[in-house]
Amino acid sequence: MLDLLWLIPALPFAGFLLLTLAGRLPRAVIAGIGCGTVGVGAIFSLLLCHRFLTAPPPDHAFTQSLWTWFDVAGLAPGIAFHLDALSLVMISVITGVGFLIHVYSAEYMRDDEGFQRFFAFLNLFVGFMLVLVLADNFVLLLLGWEGVGLCSYLLIGFWYREPANGAAARKAFVVTRIGDTALLLGLFLLFASLGTLHFQEAFAAASLAWEPGSGLAVAAALLILGGAVGKSAQLPLQTWLPDAMAGPTPVSALIHAATMVTAGVYLIARCHVLFELAPAVLLVVAIVGAATLLTAGFSALVQHDIKRVLAYSTISQLGYMFLALGVGAWSAAMFHFVTHALFKALLFLAAGALILALHHEQDMRKMGGLRHKLPAVFWTFLIGSVSLAALPLIGSGFYSKEKILWDVWISPLGGPAFWAVGVAGAVVTALYTFRMVFLVFFGESRGARVEHRPGPAVLAVLVILAVFSTFAGGIELPHTFGHVTFFSDFLDTALASLVVLPPGLDAELWALLLVASALVLAGAGVAWWLYGKRTQTSDTMGAAPPRDPLLRFWFAGWGFDAVYDTLLVRPYQFLARRNRRDLVDLGPVFIAALARGLHTLLSETQTGRLRWYASVLVAGTLVLLLLAFAQ
Amino acid sequence: MMLPAIILLPLLAGLVAWLAGRWSATAPRWIALAGTAVPLALTATFWGRPAEGRWIAAFGFDWIPAAGISFFLALDGLSLLLVLLTFFLGVLAVGVAWRQTDHRPGFFFFNLLWILSGTAGVFLALDLFLFFFFWELMVLPMYFVIGIWGHEHRTRAAIKFFLFTQAGGFILLLAILGLHFSHAAETGLHTFLYEDLLGGALPAGTAWWLMLGFFFAFAVKLPAFPFHTWLPDAHTEAPTAGSLILAGILLKTGGYGLLRFVVPLFPEAAAAFAPVALVLGAVGILYGAKLAFAQSDLKRLVAYTSVSHMGFVVVGVFAWNTWALQGVVVTMICHGLSTGALFILAGSLQERLHTRDLGRMGGFQVLAPRMTAFALFFAMASLGLPGLGNFVGEFLILLGGFQISIPVTVAAALGLVGATVYSLWIIQRAFHGTPAKGATLADVNFREAAILGALVLGLLGLGLYPRPVLDAAEPAVRWLEADAARPVPVVLAVEPPPHPPLP
Repeated sequence: MLDLLWLIPALPFAGFLLLTLAGRLPRAVIAGIGCGTVGVGAIFSLLLCHRFLTAPPPDHAFTQSLWTWFDVAGLAPGIAFHLDALSLVMISVITGVGFLIHVYSAEYMRDDEGFQRFFAFLNLFVGFMLVLVLADNFVLLLLGWEGVGLCSYLLIGFWYREPANGAAARKAFVVTRIGDTALLLGLFLLFASLGTLHFQEAFAAASLAWEPGSGLAVAAALLILGGAVGKSAQLPLQTWLPDAMAGPTPVSALIHAATMVTAGVYLIARCHVLFELAPAVLLVVAIVGAATLLTAGFSALVQHDIKRVLAYSTISQLGYMFLALGVGAWSAAMFHFVTHALFKALLFLAAGALILALHHEQDMRKMGGLRHKLPAVFWTFLIGSVSLAALPLIGSGFYSKEKILWDVWISPLGGPAFWAVGVAGAVVTALYTFRMVFLVFFGESRGARVEHRPGPAVLAVLVILAVFSTFAGGIELPHTFGHVTFFSDFLDTALASLVVLPPGLDAELWALLLVASALVLAGAGVAWWLYGKRTQTSDTMGAAPPRDPLLRFWFAGWGFDAVYDTLLVRPYQFLARRNRRDLVDLGPVFIAALARGLHTLLSETQTGRLRWYASVLVAGTLVLLLLAFAQ
Repeated sequence: MMLPAIILLPLLAGLVAWLAGRWSATAPRWIALAGTAVPLALTATFWGRPAEGRWIAAFGFDWIPAAGISFFLALDGLSLLLVLLTFFLGVLAVGVAWRQTDHRPGFFFFNLLWILSGTAGVFLALDLFLFFFFWELMVLPMYFVIGIWGHEHRTRAAIKFFLFTQAGGFILLLAILGLHFSHAAETGLHTFLYEDLLGGALPAGTAWWLMLGFFFAFAVKLPAFPFHTWLPDAHTEAPTAGSLILAGILLKTGGYGLLRFVVPLFPEAAAAFAPVALVLGAVGILYGAKLAFAQSDLKRLVAYTSVSHMGFVVVGVFAWNTWALQGVVVTMICHGLSTGALFILAGSLQERLHTRDLGRMGGFQVLAPRMTAFALFFAMASLGLPGLGNFVGEFLILLGGFQISIPVTVAAALGLVGATVYSLWIIQRAFHGTPAKGATLADVNFREAAILGALVLGLLGLGLYPRPVLDAAEPAVRWLEADAARPVPVVLAVEPPPHPPLP
């Protein structure tokens, strides 16, 4: 069973090759290949989970080496997969949620001329993503890492006829590649100081060679963080994700919510040994997470495009995961990764059904009152929203977010300040989530017409995801009620958590839980007060961008795009434009011009007139004579 | 006898093709195909053969004994890989020119074959005088290829190419003669033989100037910043097969020269010069990437990407450790494949559209999806996507460079971002967007697909399983390091593991 591990990433790659090379295929075959390769992978992952729970391999890990990639003077990365609790959680979500999104896409993209290309890219993405999380060394991780970046580019720009989509795709690729360059340098630093890029060997060597807080450890962790920040759209490299919504909605659900953007979270969790050796960098991770979750939350509050709300919401939720990582609460971060993958995929897919029903209308100012016309979409979207907003007790988001907040409170690396930011973020989350729900589904219709109802595949996927995102919280229940630690116990086999719950805190934790829950409910209540109670018309909803300067600032993502545009993009374009002809060429051109000038000058003297030659002759003789006499 | 045959066969085939061109328009291309495929097969027979001492094979006799000149050819793993690349791309170039050359096909294939022969000679000659002979042999046929079969401004480009390489060649000749005579003055031995000249104890000042002479010649050919300005003109104006040969093979003679001669012959001088060269390499990477992004002529754009990629070669050579050197070998091969492919695509577009102006392209994905897929693949190779060969080369160069100079490596690594920008820009300008009304574009035909497919397989193979190539180059790299035998300056803690002893 374990020996078939390689099949899980190999199948989607095979699907990609088949869809690319086979020529035009019937749609049913395309969908069959696309969904089948990922679906089989999902079944394999489930079987592997069963195996790990019932009869775990030695050390709770399994490594499968396929071949040595290259071997140069001690650097010998393998094409080798490492399966432990962490990668098992990742592949289960990737194949599971991935499979559902593939099935959804078979209906969603039914009428698209690029149906086959879409499934080819989607399969390629799943393949690379699986390589990313299964890699047993940094170099192979980089292969998956860059590969998913490529697929993200291809799928954001899937509707390539529109230049704006191409621009968004390029932006995503280039911005993440800036982070990737930091990661690359981090690898060089690790290799230069530890002599290996194999995960387990490098971590073992680092714990021996580096003192906690030593300069090399801090530098390495910071550079790795650079890569994570780019991929997971955290401050200051978050700007590409809202634009990435140009891609088809299933892509947003799969790549830009459930899987690829969590690669940074995975990377930090995978390298947790290095980060533990650099507590200063862990603090940076927590600060980045806290700052991101708040800023992105405020940006989500003022968007009109439903997909942009969800995009900012994703950035903000990833911020929670970074905050958890920053306080050493690895399993809390991974728990939120799982629940977020479920409820955010659900929200995106429900939004996709909505957008398709409204004939590609994404502006919430034109929606309203849709709960009667699209009841199934309404209910599933509502279930997702309850999870996202972390309404108490119902929905998995509550459990994972509470776990993060508690761990932040009790962790020696966290504390009340970070907890307060987390709670403030939760209030903002409830506010923007229910603003979205009320604007879209309540009140009067403001123009957009329902032209199409979701079919069986879309509905089935929505219902399945709704069930999972409601009950997935049950794998880990708060200490104060139930005390189920199934998930964190499982994950602790790979990632020993830094946060240990001291005994006798029950009263304090109950108080924290009640405060946070009350505030979240208050946030949802304010959303109802502002957007649910009063009837909105499209005129009262405000302009895009809003007129109020602060709101406009939030709307524009806190001005990051403008700053990067002014500081980086425009100067580069300016320099490129001004020096298109290559200044360096002036040197040779000058030499050529000089030679030509001299040639012209000399050839002027060749007039062919005897009188001119004679007079020059005489003049020359005179000059020579004068010189001779002057001696 | 195999080694001279590898050089002589294309020479003879070239003459026959020229003659046959008088009677038949199609005979020359078949002769040229044979004249490249047979040497390719001959060279391939050396694959996997163990080296006896330094060389896998050697051939030599005294040529002009009075002057200490001999006809000495030898093949090690490095030359083997580069000669294979030469004739592999040679076969593809014949394929590319199959129908593109209506005007004097006999003379065209004559020139093509003579360039290949000269290049193979450069990679095999290990007598410096003979090396210089082949070095010059490459230039004149290339001048004709650009000047006769090139595009609008071909004459100017051909002359510029000729003058730059001749300036380099002249300095190279002076440096070779200088090395010969100063070596003779030190040892009393009149020789041009590479192995005799290695390890010579030249006065430091002499070695410095001679090293600079060699460096200049090879830096012009490579080309390294700031000697690169002949390249965009030559590439842009050359016919497709010419651009393919120029980018794929001719530039590699510069990298080969740096590897084979500059550092091993003058280790101390090269070490002293390394900081300058490393900076020039890094500047070239960034400057080339920036200029590539600014171009609107597709071939010119691709030409500047070569400047950027060859900057990696300079960085790798002057970082001079096993990682960087192996990276240089892989980068040279993969650049030959990927940039060659981009020139073939640019040529196909020009053949169909009669323009290279990106401003007049766009939306070709609708019209030519297969060509788009190929373009996307080679753009990804060019930006160093892991899994394709260029990544292995650049990764190893940067990893090796990091041990020598962190700032240079950081700058060079930023070149990867620059490469992303220009590669995606090509795709956007030519293939994405909406096609102009009434635009038509034939997708790649079978011949083009076969040529591009071969390059795809090559890059994938080198990207996922580069070990055969690395293993082939490994003994040669070890010898080069032993020749240069200077202690590797190590910034950080790890030293490369000790090599097994040399045979």
